Amino acid sequence: MQQAHVRGLSAVQAMFEAAKRAERAAFMPYFPIGYPTIAESIEIIAALAQTGVDGFEIGIPFSDPLADGPVIQAATQTALENGTTVRVCLDAVRQLRERGVQQPMMMMGYLNPLIAYGVEQFVLDAKAAGADGLIVPDMPPEEGAEFAETCAREGMAMVFFLAPTSSPERIALVAQVATGFIYVVSLTGVTGARSELPPDLTAFLERVKGAVGNMPLVLGFGISTPEQAKMVSAQVDGFIVGSVLVKAASNGAAAARDLAARIVEAIR
Amino acid sequence: MLIETNTTNVPDARGYYGDFGGRYVPETLIPALDELIAAYNEAMADAAFQNRLAHLHATYTGRPTPISYAARLSEQLGGAQIYLKREDLAHTGAHKINNALGQALLAQRMGKQRIVAETGAGQHGVASATASALLGLECIVYMGSVDMARQQPNVFRMKLLGAEVRPVESGSKTLKDAINEAIRDWVTNVRTTFYLLGSALGPHPYPMMVRDFQSVIGTEARRQIIAMAGKLPDACIACVGGGSNAIGMFHAFRNDASVELIGVEAGGCGINSHQHASRFADPSVGRMGVLHGARSFVMQTPDGQIADTHSISAGLDYASVGPEHAYLRQTERAFYTSATDEEALSALQSLAQTEGIIPALESAHAVAEAIKRAPTMPKDAVLLVNLSGRGDKDLDTVMKALKL
Ligand SMILES: Cc1ncc(COP(=O)(O)O)c(C=O)c1O
Repeated sequence: MQQAHVRGLSAVQAMFEAAKRAERAAFMPYFPIGYPTIAESIEIIAALAQTGVDGFEIGIPFSDPLADGPVIQAATQTALENGTTVRVCLDAVRQLRERGVQQPMMMMGYLNPLIAYGVEQFVLDAKAAGADGLIVPDMPPEEGAEFAETCAREGMAMVFFLAPTSSPERIALVAQVATGFIYVVSLTGVTGARSELPPDLTAFLERVKGAVGNMPLVLGFGISTPEQAKMVSAQVDGFIVGSVLVKAASNGAAAARDLAARIVEAIR
Repeated sequence: MLIETNTTNVPDARGYYGDFGGRYVPETLIPALDELIAAYNEAMADAAFQNRLAHLHATYTGRPTPISYAARLSEQLGGAQIYLKREDLAHTGAHKINNALGQALLAQRMGKQRIVAETGAGQHGVASATASALLGLECIVYMGSVDMARQQPNVFRMKLLGAEVRPVESGSKTLKDAINEAIRDWVTNVRTTFYLLGSALGPHPYPMMVRDFQSVIGTEARRQIIAMAGKLPDACIACVGGGSNAIGMFHAFRNDASVELIGVEAGGCGINSHQHASRFADPSVGRMGVLHGARSFVMQTPDGQIADTHSISAGLDYASVGPEHAYLRQTERAFYTSATDEEALSALQSLAQTEGIIPALESAHAVAEAIKRAPTMPKDAVLLVNLSGRGDKDLDTVMKALKL
């Protein structure tokens, strides 16, 4: 018999508490369902789970991913060609839970496919599949009331974003409506590996930290090496690595797993 | 002539036209949109800004553009009298310059030296390149590689005007993908860059701003048609891609209850073929959704992926439609129909041969609707067609389609 685990917002909160006790940030890889194939994407996520990552951002492919750079654009395009729908993504989460993957899983998808699926139905089905929360990059808080209310009712985390351009008023607003964590975009731009972290990152993070109270901050966009991960691990509550893992996965599951393992090692 | 703003109840403060509109963009862009709204409101309240735009329109764009009475075409159809608002005679050959000059002046006022724009038919790209050259701004235009191939002359014009044209190879390689790429550029360079959006779509305040800058079309036309025909038109007809020339024409007539407002979408190979860009006509693909920052009608698969569209005219070949059109349709103030590729081609030839005017393929869709309607109407009825652009850019496409 499988042990019943806490899921949803509580699971996300527990993840940050555990990382904090270990005096490091939570490492949450991004990986899209359907790349290189649906079956392989599930294998890759299961393999990443074995390396000791703390949580996942599970990508739902969309035809017009305007916040993504070339690597994720290409991978999610392949995923669509492989027949990856919202339903397939939720089913993948269910399979991963059945295989014993316990880390929190955040569903990350652009809004239109979720509207087509049905906002409330999506939250209910994501919860039933074993997902813990939701990230929608083209939905700022003003447009997110229905999702936020449904997630609150169902005990799911509803993440919103902050960016280097965010004013103090935006920071206060997002801190008020986000649950689970705030996704802090490290730079002005789209997803994709960068050789350097942005020079103004520390100042930006200080500005946000002073204004959001206890809400965990998760840094994403551009983090691509174990060294960078180690640097940001000391500054935030969590971080997301996406493009570089997706790129590694094009050389096979082992390459992605090895990179994740090196990042896990670096932040220990 | 000053442009009036905030004369309607839409959009509301959140950028909504009833159920449509909003600001569905990554958080990074929200401050840029806030800054844009503030700068736009301030500029429009400043007589100096408005006078500068009006002066440029008078001395550079060639405004007011005339209305031509299409005597031979009307005669041939034997019904309503057809009048053409000649946006094809505006500098650069289409209505797009009205908006491009307005936004470029705003960019300059905001201290943004770098312009990014998307283009489908190339007319908005040419207008943006032109306005940027005039004001000394750097201009980068994203254009799908499929559109570059079918609108070659406009690609060359943009380059001559000093703009950089960046081919877009992702997705369907048409307007939708060019907008994606322009938004990605804007997100990346948001502090220094002004996104000069070419139609009445995108996140608030773009649909409102583009409408206001294009409203000069209807404001002039309303005055002109009363002077020429002695009355208001029975109907205004305009093609609808994103919807800028149509909203520009419709806006001045919105309170004239007797004037029917008719938008014409691209019917492509026919609605039943599903190879079209008629967001309103085909409920199997056109449903409420979110694309490029606004909630509106979006052509999509059952799974919510954006559907491929088809039109012989690059400027109408787009999967969504400006939110104000969705609102005008829902409130039944405007009516939307479609014309097929074939009907547009045929209308283009009719207009060329009866009036000596070769319209853009986009505009030919509006002409096609006038050709359908006029014979069913009495002789004292008046149809006002927005001739949004000239056809020079389409000669290659038309020659191929007609096997000339
Ligand atoms: C001549 C002309 N008419 C119409 C359009 C369609 O755009 P909109 O619906 O914004 O007027 C275009 C777009 O490129 C165009 O070039």
